[in-house]
Amino acid sequence: MIISQLKPFAELQTALADFDRLFLVGCAACATACKSGGEEEIFKLQEWLNGQGKEVTGSVVIDEACHIMRSARDLRQHRAMVQDADALMVLACGSGVQSISSNVDKCVVGGLNSMFLGNVRRFGQYEEMCSLCGECILNETAGICPVTTCAKGLLNGPCGGMEDGHCEIDGEIECAWLLIYERLQRQQRPGVFARRVPPKNWSRRCKPGRHRLQDGKD
Amino acid sequence: MSNLSAQLGLGQFVVTAEVAPPKGINTAVALAAARAFSNVTAVNVTDNQGANMRLSSLALAAQLQQTGTETVLQLTCRDRNRMALQSDLLGAASFGIENLLLLSGDHNRFGDHPDARPVFDLDSVQLLDMTAGLMSGVDMVGKALDGTPHFFPGAAVNPTAEPFELMFQKVVKKVESGARFFQSQAVFDRSVLERFMVAMASYQVPVLAGVLLLRSANMARFLNANIPGVTVPQVLIDRLERATDPLAEGVLIARETVGWARELCQGVHLMTLGREEYIPEILAEG
Repeated sequence: MIISQLKPFAELQTALADFDRLFLVGCAACATACKSGGEEEIFKLQEWLNGQGKEVTGSVVIDEACHIMRSARDLRQHRAMVQDADALMVLACGSGVQSISSNVDKCVVGGLNSMFLGNVRRFGQYEEMCSLCGECILNETAGICPVTTCAKGLLNGPCGGMEDGHCEIDGEIECAWLLIYERLQRQQRPGVFARRVPPKNWSRRCKPGRHRLQDGKD
Repeated sequence: MSNLSAQLGLGQFVVTAEVAPPKGINTAVALAAARAFSNVTAVNVTDNQGANMRLSSLALAAQLQQTGTETVLQLTCRDRNRMALQSDLLGAASFGIENLLLLSGDHNRFGDHPDARPVFDLDSVQLLDMTAGLMSGVDMVGKALDGTPHFFPGAAVNPTAEPFELMFQKVVKKVESGARFFQSQAVFDRSVLERFMVAMASYQVPVLAGVLLLRSANMARFLNANIPGVTVPQVLIDRLERATDPLAEGVLIARETVGWARELCQGVHLMTLGREEYIPEILAEG
């Protein structure tokens, strides 16, 4: 899921300086799961805003804020409260914020920073394992992504900074290439070590990304 | 053909040293230091070493090369995508630079620009492959070059890395990708270099062992704690600690290292970090 985190209050105060009346939007998907934009966080935000002398005209937690049409529908259902507000404040990832901003002309204030596509280790502990690069090498790397979990995204083995099997940028983190090497050894196959991996095709990661299924399937 | 290439080809014991470009445009000190090296075949010019922003390695290397000091241009993948790397390599060739040390590069997390976006579009193996392509007259997309560069590409290795086999598979890839020589991370342990050279025996690629001048026990501890891939053994830290003149002891340790490097490999790469005046002493035989 998309891991997001509440922005610092000082930054929010600045972003909200020109607005007195706010309509709040949360997201029932990722932002709820990582406790940054669910019912509970919307409630806490409302309390904080009241403490700042702001008025909340209403709120909604959209099923998936990244769904553009569904967001439009939910906003329509709360039209009066939305119209009554100076701005909308959104606790969702950057994708969710833009579903909202594409559906209204009012100012939209994003309350979160979107961080990464995260796996959940346990509640409150998230790890980035995939960076959505568009050209997956996992089948050769024993299911461990070096593009993401090697700090330099190297494709041909560890850098010279690996020390005692740990990454040069964080001694707490095991070297991705050591993990790949060990798991491939347990699987008794050479995997990615059998070849020199050529430069990555970053055109697969062309921004902005667009994808349309052919005839509804791909 | 570069002197480095020629001397290694003749089996001579080769010495390289290194100089860092300044932070700023006053190149006089770095140029003077590079020109003052004695008994050194070529001078490495470091590329934003330790991920600290400095004047470009290409600019300093070009000035040295054009005034008769042979250089080894260091080039990292940290700060440039594949287009910039190719451009810089062609630029280097246009200044007569042949020797290259092609590196992934230290991560910028611990340099003086931790907020910068690290590039790493290529890794060191891919950079070597690309360089071989340029030498055959084509760029990475197969387009013909107007004027083909000639390089003597080198690569880095950390012989102390564990597991050895994991480190060494990348060395093999670098050889396959056209590395013509290796300069190693600082080594302080004869058995480590010995093990590495045994593994290198079937590859016929010369190795210059990294020799770092230790000035004090504190410096050794700092290196162990902060420099990725550098491990000073406790026995040497103890020697520096006990010595009445730690710098003299450090020079002696470096000289001993050069001594066993002469027996084991094809040369040394000296990292004297501003104490270049000790190089003749470090290289003294017997």
